[in-house]
Amino acid sequence: MSPAEKPAPIEVHDLTVAYRHRPVLWDIDVTLPEGNLIAICGPNGAGKSTLIKAIMGLVPLASGKVEIFGKPAKQGRSLIAYVPQRESVDWDFPTTALDVVLMGRYGHLPLFGRPRKRDREIARQSLEKVGMLEFANRQISQLSGGQQQRVFLARALAQQTRVYLMDEPFAGVDASTEKAIVVLLRELREQGCTVAVVHHDLQSVPEYFDTVMLLNLRMVAFGPVESTFTTENLNKTYGGRLNLLTEVGEKLRKSEWSARQ
Amino acid sequence: MIESYQQELPPWLAFFTFSDINVRLILAGCMLLGVSAGVLGCFAFLRKRALLGDALAHAALPGVCMAFLLSGTKNPVVILLGATVSCWIGAISIDLITKYTRVKEESALGMVLSVFFGAGILLLTYIQRTGNAAQAGLDKFLFGQASSMLDRDVWTLAIVGTLMILVVVLAYKEFKIVSFHADYATALGLPTRAIELTLSTLLVLAVAIGLQAVGVVLMAAMLVTPAAAARYWTDRLGKMLAIAGFFGALSGAIGTYISYLGPRMPTGPWMVVAVTSVFFGSLVFAPKRGILARLTLLRRIRRQTAEENVLRTLYVSGEKEHRMDAPCSTAELMQFRSMTAWTLDRTLERLMARGLVRETSQGFFALTAEGVERGARLTRIHRLWELYLTRKLEIAPDHVHDDAEEIEHIITPELEARLLATLDYPEEDPHARRIPPAAGGGVIAT
Repeated sequence: MSPAEKPAPIEVHDLTVAYRHRPVLWDIDVTLPEGNLIAICGPNGAGKSTLIKAIMGLVPLASGKVEIFGKPAKQGRSLIAYVPQRESVDWDFPTTALDVVLMGRYGHLPLFGRPRKRDREIARQSLEKVGMLEFANRQISQLSGGQQQRVFLARALAQQTRVYLMDEPFAGVDASTEKAIVVLLRELREQGCTVAVVHHDLQSVPEYFDTVMLLNLRMVAFGPVESTFTTENLNKTYGGRLNLLTEVGEKLRKSEWSARQ
Repeated sequence: MIESYQQELPPWLAFFTFSDINVRLILAGCMLLGVSAGVLGCFAFLRKRALLGDALAHAALPGVCMAFLLSGTKNPVVILLGATVSCWIGAISIDLITKYTRVKEESALGMVLSVFFGAGILLLTYIQRTGNAAQAGLDKFLFGQASSMLDRDVWTLAIVGTLMILVVVLAYKEFKIVSFHADYATALGLPTRAIELTLSTLLVLAVAIGLQAVGVVLMAAMLVTPAAAARYWTDRLGKMLAIAGFFGALSGAIGTYISYLGPRMPTGPWMVVAVTSVFFGSLVFAPKRGILARLTLLRRIRRQTAEENVLRTLYVSGEKEHRMDAPCSTAELMQFRSMTAWTLDRTLERLMARGLVRETSQGFFALTAEGVERGARLTRIHRLWELYLTRKLEIAPDHVHDDAEEIEHIITPELEARLLATLDYPEEDPHARRIPPAAGGGVIAT
């Protein structure tokens, strides 16, 4: 499908992200094709979460741009459902599982508008899809880690979009939650949705995903699992630390130059 | 007639007739101030910005003094404006310091708090030296004096406070999502920055309207303490806001009352004492989260554990005797279970009251039919767990007893069923003892 016919869900052009002047992602160029299950893999500190946050506009870009369905990121962002890491919130917040899922509807509501009956229905359906309906009125701190993760997934489902970005949904969850997530991912693909998942467990990549992105400060490889998920590419991603790149980054931080200014 | 009657009333009673227009005004002002501080404080508390309220309150003092110096009046609108501007400069300073230096946020808070407060005291001293008659009462902004409030002060407070509550009601959904998960709000395309700015502005205003009654030094307590107390009573944000508002109003009323009784009493400290008492009350008495509730729960668990231990000991001894209703002496029971004679007596009393145990003769006890069934279930779970540990976790049989001792009290019927299925309905435990089968106990041999 040529880009002229239908713009891709997410297009990243020459993206560089820096924290305190130190680049943590260099020159990322990638187009996420529609209807794929994409694993984003790479060692710790490779910038996997940062890439997702950059797409969602949660970290400032040092350079480059992001387009969502051909629109500038700012306008297109509401078309992406974001599933952040579970640790990104305080689960002691006084609210229920259903209330958290209902937040997925807030983007569809006008400013100051209250969720309506229909929104509640969608939230309940989303909870049901992840097998959490019976916990709808539970205070969120009383849920297990896996259940909390499923609440986050349900919240993304409640947005009813076609693109999902998930930041380590499999981290620290129980077996039944892992199973539930895998089923959910397959369902989403059957519906033609695009899902990119930051994933740590290399072994399960070929089983769960059809496309893989190997990342280590820069894009190492991106493509179908069969042709891209090779030992050679994995060695490039995980083996041999990128000493030069890290060192230059450190120098940039010390000199307080901004990357690309 | 009525007036002369009232004049005879002692002040502590006269207050409650609310016939004094000043009392009514000040009471309304303080309660409304308590409500708005309590409600806005919840958001500061949940966003972990409690200290920001304190820094902002202190940062208001130079603004109050400058407003007075520039205008020459104590007009509440002017003073409020001065305090708000000063708070804002403080808030922006904290942001800039954190962003452009290596100083961390809490240090920046401390710096702004002390520098602004110092500047405020400097200005206050200067104003007092100039001997401006109107300045009398400006020092009340330190600890707050409700009785120094005039009509116009209270009206300003009432209008601003009501508006603030209205904004919270209107933007409840937005405030909620930004307090819980600001990044997600941004990802949804909500104007997170604007919402955060609105929340900060409301916090500044809540501080500013409270200055005259509570004072800059203690205003933070009126923001944070009602929220912290309210959190003990509920797990819902909406209810938490309402409860915190109520606690704030209550403290406002108590502070006003005490300050009315002793006109030299500063209101602020008394309001803070009141709200702190409410907090301690919540800490102790709140359902579920309170200390008392937790102690009660702990006691119930201890009692249950003791009861189940006695039941199991009687059951096992019955097994040995091949007679399930074989009596056991208290001495035997105490030998198997490390419990005091007193605890054992109480436990046996409770078990007898529930018809699980009967006293066969003086100092000898046996299980009833129902007691046998309960003992069988506990023994079953104990032995199943021992078996599970040895089979599935490959732990040595002589190491599993203590674990099973704990587990037997907490396994639910569902877990029991799963345990049975996992172990393929076994008949013997790792010590080759019979596992009592489910349903009816089976071995009741009476």
